[in-house]
Amino acid sequence: MVFLFTACVAILVTMSFALVRAMLGPTVFDRVLSLNMFGTKTVLLICVVSFLQGRTDFLDLALLYSLMNFIGVVALLRFTTQGEFGGQNPNVDTPFGDKSIGNTALKSGGD
Amino acid sequence: MFGGEIYETIVWLISGGLLISGSIFAIIGGIGICRLPEFFSRMHGAGLTDTMGAGLILAGLMVQAGLSLVTFKLVIILFFVLVTSPSSCHALARSAIAHGLKPQLDVPNSDNQNSNQTSGGE
Amino acid sequence: MQSRTLILKYVVTLGLLLLANWLLWSGHFESPFLIGLGVLSCLGCLFLGVRMQIIDEEGAPAQLGIRPFTHYAPWLIKEIAVSNWEVAKIVMSPRMPLKRNLILVNAKQQTPLGRVIYANSITLTPGTVSVEMLGDKVRVHALSLKEAADEMSSDMSDRVCRLEGSRPSSDESRKDV
Repeated sequence: MVFLFTACVAILVTMSFALVRAMLGPTVFDRVLSLNMFGTKTVLLICVVSFLQGRTDFLDLALLYSLMNFIGVVALLRFTTQGEFGGQNPNVDTPFGDKSIGNTALKSGGD
Repeated sequence: MFGGEIYETIVWLISGGLLISGSIFAIIGGIGICRLPEFFSRMHGAGLTDTMGAGLILAGLMVQAGLSLVTFKLVIILFFVLVTSPSSCHALARSAIAHGLKPQLDVPNSDNQNSNQTSGGE
Repeated sequence: MQSRTLILKYVVTLGLLLLANWLLWSGHFESPFLIGLGVLSCLGCLFLGVRMQIIDEEGAPAQLGIRPFTHYAPWLIKEIAVSNWEVAKIVMSPRMPLKRNLILVNAKQQTPLGRVIYANSITLTPGTVSVEMLGDKVRVHALSLKEAADEMSSDMSDRVCRLEGSRPSSDESRKDV
């Protein structure tokens, strides 16, 4: 119980570090990076809290949250780079005109 | 009765050790993300929390849960985090490069030298 | 006909995987109604996947089997632990001894899936992040210690090659390091 509580506090401290970086971050990518880290820590926090309270149903929420975090970050990156969510204009001549982010995401999710 | 107590104490200690070391790695990653000088270095700090922090904390929870459905769920969550974190990290780095963000390098011109070396070596 | 049977293999593997996943996540083993609904949702997912044409040797890599978990993952976990320790030491030292550099490493894997596994493994080990993929080369941003990163990634490349079954002879793989 003590250890779980300590881990909880440590994760919260890490999350506040990520928030500090999200406030300071000079570029938008720093902010997205700390957002991603914040999401991962949230997943961990949900897991630890579910053990702390003895309610293991929370684990389903943790998996769902990690999924949403991943999709959200990739969508945000596509939006910041392309200015659109892709798919409307497949022949657009940008670095990601070949839908590389989407493909990488799908393929590495499957293996 | 007595053996059961010893077993429980050992499990408690192991899971506690894993949780504490995972917490330490997570906090070090958090310090790294604040302290490292520029974006491409900060990605390494985020990787620190995503791999070792998440891995050790979830491993500690697994030890506490024993052999059950909960452990399976934790394994799947760990697997998913470990699969998606490099993907989003790579996407982030690529889009930063495509956006024109140049990494600051301490070793000058190492990219060109190394590409020459590798092409010469083949 | 050949491709049809191949796709069937991946569809069946993915279907079994989805079904096992549904059963274990829901924890319902008794009620036939709920299990029936689970089977229906798995079939729906499979139908959508086949329609999107993403179920192939990359979307559901059945040809790898469980070798990634038995042969590759333990070594990768060891590497991750070692390089985690290195990066943690760098971050916590008072004047961070950074030697940031970009290096190009060869990805000798033949399939795109092998290259994706390789680049993801590079990114997963802290201290090295794969920034760009240029054909059969990967551009890696390393936090410090160029030689160590080089050595690690060449060893990793050999292991991923063995994983995907292309088996480079040891002479060839040593030559271009």
